[in-house]
Amino acid sequence: MIAALTEQPLLIALLALLSLGGIFGALLGFAAVRFRVEGNPISEQINALLPQTQCGQCGYPGCRPYSEAITAGDAINKCPPGGEETIQALADLLDVEPQPLDAEHGTEKAPVVAWIREAECIGCTKCIQACPVDAILGAAKVMHTVIADECTGCDLCLDPCPVDCIDLIPRKEGIAFWHWNLPTEEAIPSNIIASDTRTRDAA
Amino acid sequence: MREIHDIHGGIHPPERKTLSRPGELRDATLPARLVLPLRQHLGVPAKAIVEVGDAVLGGQVLAQAQGVMSVPVHAPTSGTISAIESRPIAHASGLEDTCIVLETDGADESIRCEGIPEWQTIAPSLLVERIREAGIAGMGGAGFPTAVKLNPGATKPIDTLMINGTECEPYITADDTLMQCQADALVEGAKILAYVVGAERVVIGIEDNKPAAISRVTAAVQNAGADIEVASFPTKYPSGGEKQFIEILTGQQVPSGGIPADIGLVCVNPGTAVAAKEAIVDGKPLTHRIVTLTGEALGKPGNVTACIGTPIAHLLGDASLSAEERQRIIHGGPMMGFAVSDLDAPITKITNCLLAPTARELPPPAPAKPCIRCGHCAEACPASLLPQQLYWYARAKDHEQLSEHRLLDCIECGACAYVCPSQIPLVQYYRAAKGQMRDSEQEKRRSDNSRERFEARQTRLEAEALAKEAKRAARKAAAQEKAAQDGVDPIQAAIERAQARKIEQGETP
Amino acid sequence: MSLLRVTSPHVSGQHQVSAVMRDVLFATLPGIIILTWFFGPGTLINILLGALVALITEYAVTALRGQNPRIAVSDLSILVTSTLLCIALPPYAPWWLIVLGVIMAVLLGKHVFGGLGYNPFNPAMVGYVVLLISFPVQMSSWATPRGLAEVPGLLDTLRHLFLPDTIDGVTAATPLDLLRQNTGLLFKDLIASRPELTGWGGVGWFEVNLAFLAGGAWLLYRRIFTWHAPLAMLAALGLCALIGYDGGSSESGGSALFHLFSGATMFAAFFIITDPVSSAVSNKGRLIFGALIGLLIYLIRTLGNYPDAVAFAVLILNFCAPFIDHYTQPAVYGTRSND
Repeated sequence: MIAALTEQPLLIALLALLSLGGIFGALLGFAAVRFRVEGNPISEQINALLPQTQCGQCGYPGCRPYSEAITAGDAINKCPPGGEETIQALADLLDVEPQPLDAEHGTEKAPVVAWIREAECIGCTKCIQACPVDAILGAAKVMHTVIADECTGCDLCLDPCPVDCIDLIPRKEGIAFWHWNLPTEEAIPSNIIASDTRTRDAA
Repeated sequence: MREIHDIHGGIHPPERKTLSRPGELRDATLPARLVLPLRQHLGVPAKAIVEVGDAVLGGQVLAQAQGVMSVPVHAPTSGTISAIESRPIAHASGLEDTCIVLETDGADESIRCEGIPEWQTIAPSLLVERIREAGIAGMGGAGFPTAVKLNPGATKPIDTLMINGTECEPYITADDTLMQCQADALVEGAKILAYVVGAERVVIGIEDNKPAAISRVTAAVQNAGADIEVASFPTKYPSGGEKQFIEILTGQQVPSGGIPADIGLVCVNPGTAVAAKEAIVDGKPLTHRIVTLTGEALGKPGNVTACIGTPIAHLLGDASLSAEERQRIIHGGPMMGFAVSDLDAPITKITNCLLAPTARELPPPAPAKPCIRCGHCAEACPASLLPQQLYWYARAKDHEQLSEHRLLDCIECGACAYVCPSQIPLVQYYRAAKGQMRDSEQEKRRSDNSRERFEARQTRLEAEALAKEAKRAARKAAAQEKAAQDGVDPIQAAIERAQARKIEQGETP
Repeated sequence: MSLLRVTSPHVSGQHQVSAVMRDVLFATLPGIIILTWFFGPGTLINILLGALVALITEYAVTALRGQNPRIAVSDLSILVTSTLLCIALPPYAPWWLIVLGVIMAVLLGKHVFGGLGYNPFNPAMVGYVVLLISFPVQMSSWATPRGLAEVPGLLDTLRHLFLPDTIDGVTAATPLDLLRQNTGLLFKDLIASRPELTGWGGVGWFEVNLAFLAGGAWLLYRRIFTWHAPLAMLAALGLCALIGYDGGSSESGGSALFHLFSGATMFAAFFIITDPVSSAVSNKGRLIFGALIGLLIYLIRTLGNYPDAVAFAVLILNFCAPFIDHYTQPAVYGTRSND
């Protein structure tokens, strides 16, 4: 029978490939079961990339529901506080194309923190109850103040305040947060900043 | 004789040091107004303790240090405080920072200074306190609070104090002039610092392009009878970087991410050593420093002793700056300095040079061409990095690969950009990338923290809701049990009681 | 007054890409002169034709890509590519071979990848290989060297180039061809029997290789590139030839000196593998890069199908360069132990 087979090169080739495929397939299947690794479910990894402001601008009540929605197939460009960097990181993680931020859900703004004008605060605790990260210190009829290091700038405390005494101020201003920017992609001729920086800003 | 090692890479740019006549020192004229930033050092800014309108004397404390990584600010001369506000400062960003503005009165009166001539009898920790109170920060350019550097802790014993007299950058001659004119003070300062850190050996390292400084310092060491070694080594840029200086003189490398104290060394600028001597022996705080004014656009280049807080325009006027269109004024040297955006900005404790080149002397940078992967940058890098790869990854914003290729070990010396045939501004890429990496890490830490707080809050709210629910159920169960026991429904009983009371009240007029 | 704000450093060594390219072109001159002396003006005319075609092609392509064509052409890198390619091509090949080869080098070797600095393969070698595979006959029309035959004059050269049908084609075997075709003679006897093989690398070829060696030494002196890649390649090739030389039997691969001074060896060592864009980045990497090229050249010359193996060896190692880079990063300051 072997002699008969060797006279049929096509058959031999076919059998050889099939059996190789079968052997390797079996090996792979065995490895998939025997060496299985329990990794993080993808929505945990997505949640780790989101900025955790819990602001709801994406349309979901918090970052974890949004990460679960993304796992289910929702778009990755709905998070304004995360901005372009988060969209890029999600695109890298999920191996999809990054898209520009969906303007329907807001625009990317500079990071902010809340600040209570203490002279006007009446101590009603409504903002304390609204804050998703417990960043407001205070109690009933006692002065409220925002712990700036913990505040994410989600602005959920602004609406509940009956006397409207909360402002959002930029978090990252000043020399301590400045750094050089990458040179622009066009050639880099001298940049005249002119001594009229102030006039330009005023204009 | 100490064995001199060589660093990897390095370049030999034209030195141009004779332009500023090292060894000749003059005093700068007193400006009408001094602007003293509260942050002239690495760390937390100082906090002003004077108010607008106060009259102050030279040497008086104007701002207190805030914590350990902070340094106080003193008045360089007598005058009145006219404002404490945001002012332009000498910074690459062109941004403003809080400054104390002092209108000088010309009288130059000072407070009484009490030094400790017998410092050998005082405990080192008290001397460190004195140094901190004198407002001394590293005067080589980094501005690290000196009191912190002198106190690395018991786990890091120091055996050698090194004075970094290299001054490898072209044009700058401030340290050279200081070593020639104040050699005795330098030697005394070195002895004081060695005593403070407990070092057995002291080395003063000077590049071999400063023969006058080498001979003056050697003579001063002999005069003082001190056990200090003066070592000279071949001129190369950037031998003066702290890590490269250590490698040249000791052959050892500071561990990546570590400090020289990890290998038993403390490295200090000569200006800082002289300031330490003045603080301890003369009781004077840090209020003046030597600044090199150089560049072909100046009529009178040279080295001046200037009050800290002098506006840059005033010093350049002293040196007869000729105004020219599109001219850069560089704070620092041509390799690592930055262009100043507002000439009203003041000099600070870390200003070692003001360079005013003509357009012909330092032509504006040519447009960058694409990278041809020639590898000259890797040959020039003193930290043995691969600047080419760092360039590609910085463009791609690939933070992971940047860390793997050790971007954080880059000292930003500019040797790579100097040799690049395509004139690519490599250092800007690295600075931008470092800033982006720092930002990302900070944001990540914040968001991780916020997530934990949010989840903790959710857990707490759920626990409270459950507890409430449990209490309500317990109350209901208790009520039902009571009803079953007594044969009376407590709720029904309560309703009847209320009705009875109502009838009672209703009948009473 | 208005001020400039630019990043440090504010001085530069004022090195220019065009200066590097100019130096490379100067360094090829000795080799070109010797080639012209021994084999006639064919190579020189090819170089001029190739330069013209290259400049026109690059100008057109960069204009189409929306870049500034004058700036793109001014760095002279395309002239280096076309010159190196034309040195490698047979001197009496028809004009369309030159034109096609140069266009392929500019388009497929360089601009398809993004232009200067982006090409993973050596553009001259890309052009050469495209021609070698497509037109094997025309690519083997080498001339007989001076001393064994009349070298063609200028007029004849032009006729070979532009009117190849009107003149008898020139097809002489190179020394490497002869070695490959040898079936029975001992190496010594082979050399004795063929006048073209007199001298270490063959008549003419030995002097050509010496001239390129001189040019390469000058480039080393000017620090255009480092010694690592060329030395590694020559050492590896020489070592392999030494090991493979079994005393000169009919099966032998040729002596070490023969390999080092024949064919395109010196030209490759100093002009082809030192192209910075397509080779390894670190010096350690360049050692490995050069050594593997030397090894591959020997293997392909002795075991493979083609007489001269430089182009294929270089392209294969260009493939491997990123891999070599990944595993030869230098030890950064602060990472070695101080003991």
